[in-house]
Amino acid sequence: MPKDHGIGASTKRREDVRFLTGKGVYTDDMRIYGQTYAVFVRSQVAHGRIKSINTGNAAAMPGVLAVFTGEDFKDVGGNPAGWLIKSRNGEPMREPKRPVLAHGKVRHVGDAYAAVIAETYAQAKDAAQQLADDTDIEELPAIIDMAAALANSSNRVHDEIPDNQCYDWGWIEDNRAAVDAAIKAAPHVTTLELVNNRLVPNAMEPRASIGEYFPGTGDYKLTTTSQNPHLTRLLVAAFVLGIPENKLTVVAPDVGGGFGSKIYHYGEEALVLAAAKKLGRPVRWTAERSESFLSDAHGRDHVTKIELATDLEGNFIAFRTETMANVGAYLSNFATVTPTFLHGTLMAGPYKVPHVYVNVKTVFTNTAPVDAYRGAGRPEATYSLERVVDKMCRELNLDPFEVRRKNFITTDMFPYTTPVALAYDTGNYHATLDKVMEMADVAGFEKRRAESAKRGKLRGLGLSTWIEACGIAPSHLVGILGARVGLYDAATVRVNATGNISVMVGAHSHGQGHETVFPQIVASKLGVPESSVEIVHGDTSKIPFGMGSYGSRSLAVCGVAMDKALDKIVAKGKKIAAHMLEAAEGDITFEDGKFSVAGTDKAKTFGEIAFSAYVPHNYPLETLEPGLEETAFYDPANFTYPAGAYICEAEVDADTGKVDILAFYCADDFGNIMNPMIVEGQVHGGVGQGIGQALVENTTYDSNGQLLSGSYMDYAMPRATDVPFYNVDYSCQTPCTHNPLGVKGCGEAGAIGSPPAVVNAVIDALQRGGHTHVTHIDMPVSPSRVWTAING
Amino acid sequence: MTKVSMTVNGKAVSGEVEGRTLLSAFLREGLGLTGTHVGCDTSQCGACVVHVDGKAVKSCTVFAADVAGSSVKTIEGMANPDGSLGVIQQAFQDHHGLQCGFCTPGMVMSSAALLAENPKPSEQEIREYLEGNICRCTGYHNIVKAVLAASGQDANAIAAE
Amino acid sequence: MHNFDFLKPASVAEAAKALSADGAQALSGGQTLMPTMKQRLAAPTVLVSLTGIAELKGVKVDGRTITIGAATTHATVAAEAAAAYPALAKLAGGIGDPAVRNRGTIGGSLANNDPSACYPAGVLGSGATIVTDRRRIAADDYFQGMFTTALDEGEIITEVQFPIPQRAAYVKFEQPASRFSLVAVFVAQFASGVRVAVTGASENGVFRWTEAEQALSAQFSAAAIDGMAPPAHGMIGDLHGSPDYRAHLVGVLTKRAVQAAH
Repeated sequence: MPKDHGIGASTKRREDVRFLTGKGVYTDDMRIYGQTYAVFVRSQVAHGRIKSINTGNAAAMPGVLAVFTGEDFKDVGGNPAGWLIKSRNGEPMREPKRPVLAHGKVRHVGDAYAAVIAETYAQAKDAAQQLADDTDIEELPAIIDMAAALANSSNRVHDEIPDNQCYDWGWIEDNRAAVDAAIKAAPHVTTLELVNNRLVPNAMEPRASIGEYFPGTGDYKLTTTSQNPHLTRLLVAAFVLGIPENKLTVVAPDVGGGFGSKIYHYGEEALVLAAAKKLGRPVRWTAERSESFLSDAHGRDHVTKIELATDLEGNFIAFRTETMANVGAYLSNFATVTPTFLHGTLMAGPYKVPHVYVNVKTVFTNTAPVDAYRGAGRPEATYSLERVVDKMCRELNLDPFEVRRKNFITTDMFPYTTPVALAYDTGNYHATLDKVMEMADVAGFEKRRAESAKRGKLRGLGLSTWIEACGIAPSHLVGILGARVGLYDAATVRVNATGNISVMVGAHSHGQGHETVFPQIVASKLGVPESSVEIVHGDTSKIPFGMGSYGSRSLAVCGVAMDKALDKIVAKGKKIAAHMLEAAEGDITFEDGKFSVAGTDKAKTFGEIAFSAYVPHNYPLETLEPGLEETAFYDPANFTYPAGAYICEAEVDADTGKVDILAFYCADDFGNIMNPMIVEGQVHGGVGQGIGQALVENTTYDSNGQLLSGSYMDYAMPRATDVPFYNVDYSCQTPCTHNPLGVKGCGEAGAIGSPPAVVNAVIDALQRGGHTHVTHIDMPVSPSRVWTAING
Repeated sequence: MTKVSMTVNGKAVSGEVEGRTLLSAFLREGLGLTGTHVGCDTSQCGACVVHVDGKAVKSCTVFAADVAGSSVKTIEGMANPDGSLGVIQQAFQDHHGLQCGFCTPGMVMSSAALLAENPKPSEQEIREYLEGNICRCTGYHNIVKAVLAASGQDANAIAAE
Repeated sequence: MHNFDFLKPASVAEAAKALSADGAQALSGGQTLMPTMKQRLAAPTVLVSLTGIAELKGVKVDGRTITIGAATTHATVAAEAAAAYPALAKLAGGIGDPAVRNRGTIGGSLANNDPSACYPAGVLGSGATIVTDRRRIAADDYFQGMFTTALDEGEIITEVQFPIPQRAAYVKFEQPASRFSLVAVFVAQFASGVRVAVTGASENGVFRWTEAEQALSAQFSAAAIDGMAPPAHGMIGDLHGSPDYRAHLVGVLTKRAVQAAH
């Protein structure tokens, strides 16, 4: 029987009721007395020197209250990079200032260099147009292509950075010579050059921010579309505007998806706060979708050469990767860690390969900033690995399933430290591979292929096995690696006098279902109904602290913090119960919501204990504080390592190049499962995004730096017709060994594992269909690219 | 500014609008019905879908003045009279057909229009009908299941085929 | 978008009068015009909605002719033309998405003449006649290159008259983002011969592929045009496909349309 409540139950989401009835409150849904509207003036050119901005005409237009330019912010701080990465030669990365508004130069199409505040949105928009007309920008040659950017030292995104390089990183540099030697001596080397295509995150809710200033107290409030309000508060307060942290409240209310793009602090947030103070009125801004395309942090954008050295039986000897990673015009907050520690450290995959070396050169270009997007570095790693392994199998005529099997780390090898310095605690990669093969009926593929062939279609099957490091993670480790923040999380469990419970968590839900799942854990642990528990999140004035939600960390880090706070609640409850039941504390047990004296029928319910804590008439006041509220901070000992195996079956229409995904199978190991329904939903969504990356999504800048795919007219979003029903399994469970919930995280898996499965399926279809010259097609594997590959 | 009147969720309403006022803006700003969302500016995402005289339309691509006198239904009008979730809304909750909730109002309104035209749609018909509604969270799986279930079909069995 | 005066006349005569004002622009379903106005690429000072004019709406069948009022929505055409002219109904039922089809109209689509729109292929492929408040215009004379038509300033399309062919089909290959045609082909067989109209492909907008028309008029079968494709020169090249690819698709889709024609 499936469970009907608590841990492991598919409890329906309570938050759905408000979303389904139009009663959710997203940032743009709020109306604040006296509100004004900000519109940003954005560069039309990719690279240019601002010669003059004449604000006079715009400022005089009807309804206009203020005009800001980069000049107004030149003395405040920049928006910093969150990680300091060092180059192979030991030098620190180049870190140009990222101002609130561009000053001196504009560096990408969409770079905001001014803002207009007016009484109405239409007035602000009209004045912004006027201001654009009154601005003189001398266009400079655009730096778009990464290789050219590195080669050309005369044309610079940032004048002080001669080769447009942020850093040249090696991982692990000490491995390099051994890897080179191993590849040189290997019986077979497979080489693959590939592009991991740039993506626009496209959370369906565009970014929006409202700034408020309260002159009576000097307090500020920022309501914003954020995945991590505390981080935003830290960045805005301490780094950019210099506001004391305790004078700024950041609220992230209902947020319509993030996928990474709403982790970061953006200049618009600082602008609305500064403007609110100057005007003494609330200032609001909501991005238009075309603005989102130009100004949200994009994802991926790697150009990679990967080599796989093997013996002739397909045993892996070494992986060597050279990658150019685009960071765009400025360093977004996680831009420097994504291509390095979230990518290079995963380049052993689930394999017992002895030699791995990764080199990443990170490049400034005149494009929108690039940062973490669902999966963040790990999809890039997985795609490179699984594509080159697939290519090797074809070159040596080996079975791709058998090759994975014989190279997998085996269960007796855990804990296993890879050559790229991760310590996998547990896993069972053979189990997920066996499971997915069974689900996909691999044995019956040939029959299905023949059936497709009768209809004139080429059918292929693609496999991908993946692992990720998530639940990020131990502060001591990330500190060594260059992180400028800790990556713990926090929760406060407040048992109210009447026995219901408020839990303030640092994680932020923008679709993940925390409001439902976290109470399931509380209910199981305290023996109370889920309905008596409320989750409070997204408000820095209400929650203790938090690093927010990304990197599949909400449950594995914040959930565990909550679990630890619950332990403290139970411990205190036992003390209270011991007093009330006149027993020794050591004799008190807690089960099913009851504190009992072991071996007797003497007991107090959880509610009685809670009441006693707040009405302490019969209470050990001399040794114990009244009240029942506990906070825990939790800093994990390690990353968690979910893993799995995916199979895609696809059909290619060789006449048009169109690819249809016929079936998709996922066998994942997420450790213990708190709510199966939500886990499945997370995998569906991730796979949908991965299929989007593999088949249709393509961010294209022309050589002048104009974004050609700047709206849904040219940027293809996966639609319902592009995807099949997915088959998802999570029964292979090796619980995480270092957190008490045994959970690993499931939010990014689908987006990590699916792209190589899709591309491997397409190549398989073409190969089986006789187009044996096609060994690789870059994503998105669009109809025109497939047709061109076949006929090229 | 001109005055427009229409019926929204069964209630007569009126307000002052400019020529350029979109129906979505009239609903959100004028009437405070913020359940209708705006997710794009090219008439593609479908978060703003409402019904005008029984037909699904993208309210960001209709001028308020052009539908004066019409009967408009929004997500706020989809619950049962007692406030409980309507059949489609309930199916979305039962089948986890939403995550962040932003596209959801449009999805529900489009699904309602589909079921009014076609009470027992196939999986393919549902996917095609929802072509103008973009969801970034769910990969569509559970949305399609929810619509199948709302039409009285065995969504789990169909999805497992 | 810029503001404007909004007018909603009840007759063609009133609309014509309103459109004679400086800066006036007709608005039909608005599914293309409104996004354009949001980008400030169009900024009329007077917008004249045609959606309140009853005489511009409806589908009528008279013998071998089907007449569609200019302000008839795609959804209505998809439903009401299905029996008399299934290929045209299928074309209308595949434009955009259901919500777009409930607003967008045939007149609006033809007045705009987007090079990737569906209706121009149906109209040109059928050899239809565009009727305006001033005259009748043969489809062959109407389309004059992308976003360019024979319409004069302020001229209002009132209806479109389609001769119903013996058999026809429309096959559309969608551009993955916009879902407009990357290439689409309308094939119609009449007693007098076969017409083949192509949209989405050419830099000059919709065009007739006369070479295929000749081959298909001689023998209406996919085999008759096997291996044929129009020259790639003049085809659209963009991030969704090269001129070569589009030219190739014209050949593939024309064959498929011939096979699907009924």
